[in-house]
Amino acid sequence: MSRWGRTARRIPRQFAVVWWLQLKMLAADAFSGILQIVWPLFFATTAFLMFRISGDHELVFYAGLGATVMGIWSSVAASSSSALQRERWLGTLELIVSAPMPFALVLSSITTAMATIGLYSMVATLIWGWLVFGMSLHIVQPIAFGCAVVVLVFAIAMIGFLLSVTVVRYRSAWAIGSLLECPVWLLCGLLVPVALLPVWVRPLSYVLPPTWGVRAMREAASGTSPWVSLLVCAVLGGAYALMAALIGRSLLKSARRQATLALT
Amino acid sequence: MSAIRIFWIGGLISFRALFHWLNPWIYVPTLLVAPLFQILLFVYVGRAARIESDSFFLIGNALQGAAVPCLFAMGHTIAGERFTQTLGLLLTTPASRVPLFLGRAAPVVANGWIVSMFGLGVGGVLVGVDIPPDRWVPLALVVALASASCTGLGLINAALGLKVRQTATFSNIIVGILLVVCGVNVPLAALPTWLRAVSEWLPLTHAVEAARLLADGDTLRSVVPLLGREAGLAAGFIVVGLVILRAFERSSRRTASLERQ
Repeated sequence: MSRWGRTARRIPRQFAVVWWLQLKMLAADAFSGILQIVWPLFFATTAFLMFRISGDHELVFYAGLGATVMGIWSSVAASSSSALQRERWLGTLELIVSAPMPFALVLSSITTAMATIGLYSMVATLIWGWLVFGMSLHIVQPIAFGCAVVVLVFAIAMIGFLLSVTVVRYRSAWAIGSLLECPVWLLCGLLVPVALLPVWVRPLSYVLPPTWGVRAMREAASGTSPWVSLLVCAVLGGAYALMAALIGRSLLKSARRQATLALT
Repeated sequence: MSAIRIFWIGGLISFRALFHWLNPWIYVPTLLVAPLFQILLFVYVGRAARIESDSFFLIGNALQGAAVPCLFAMGHTIAGERFTQTLGLLLTTPASRVPLFLGRAAPVVANGWIVSMFGLGVGGVLVGVDIPPDRWVPLALVVALASASCTGLGLINAALGLKVRQTATFSNIIVGILLVVCGVNVPLAALPTWLRAVSEWLPLTHAVEAARLLADGDTLRSVVPLLGREAGLAAGFIVVGLVILRAFERSSRRTASLERQ
């Protein structure tokens, strides 16, 4: 087998192994796990109650689908921004950097595991919306809907990847992560249509992949074609991953040169 | 005299010691800016649902902003001492527990007040809600009461921290419950009857209602019954918190579980 062939086989395997190990580690903390499900549910419940008063069932369905994505972003926002800091405290950062595996691959696998954990919250919100608020679970194109969820999880994970490398020099990176929770919910139109936001804010919404991901989910659910939105979401997610890999590489080079890798 | 010294000096020193990590790099994003985004989120959800005015959501969420620092900080008064292994030293002192813990609560109330007033002021500018200048003094009083009642509930959370280690998780859950139940974003009339009954016994419910009435032009005198109920709840929570603290302190000594992490 050629060198490229071996690399092509090795990379998905390495990604899957790191993703699975991280997923098991994240799932082991029951208290945090419960909180990750419950916390976005409080916001989703508030939104459900507010839209129920308005009596507009379409709005309930619109916001309900968006609310399911809130938990995925919540599970990535704060934890990805402090991902490198955490490895540093655990004393595993040097091991990750010196491993014969691209640093970007390890970090993107970690943030993908964080986003995957958010799927618990997504399912919980769907069930909660259905049971308590009578939200319709009728999805016209279930396969396209499933694809939209997978691409959305990937895209949110890549934002987390970019966040993890851009805020690494900020000592209290977790504070930036938790600060970004509500703005992304708002900007990506999870509860409110983007068209309702001020005109100058909308370009920001359009460069955030979840805006397109959640739009694809809604399109798949209502029966219109979601593929263009899905493609934009995937391309933006890929662009975030590329940016994160490049920034990560330059940061790593600088940390090695100045011997600051292990400094907390 | 000793009780006053424990209250003022002990309270201030312990606040500085327990929250030395709360530098501007953490304080500004988490306690000043994040609540502003919560205000913006619900103002826009409110506009989409067309149920209430921007002022309704501004006041509700700005007051709820006080719950975060008050609940977490009070929880940390026990969890933080345990983490630094000073809880045993603290509880072996002959100091009366009432000034000891009330002294710790006073700076927390002040901080909650600052966070909430900042949310009201800056949030109002951001969403274009104009609160008349003569409304600010009575509003400041309501915010202080709301902070005190949230701190009282935080004291109960802190007391539970002697038995259950996850005070931060509990704080998050309580903050979430207050968000849904206390009329912060959902008018109380729209809640199920049993939930409305629960909200009567929670902090914020009466303060949020009073603040909205004041912002709409009502006089301070007309909201006195609401303020009385909020103050009563604050006092009740503090008494219950101190009683639970005392009981759990004794039980922790008996079972030698005071500093179990």
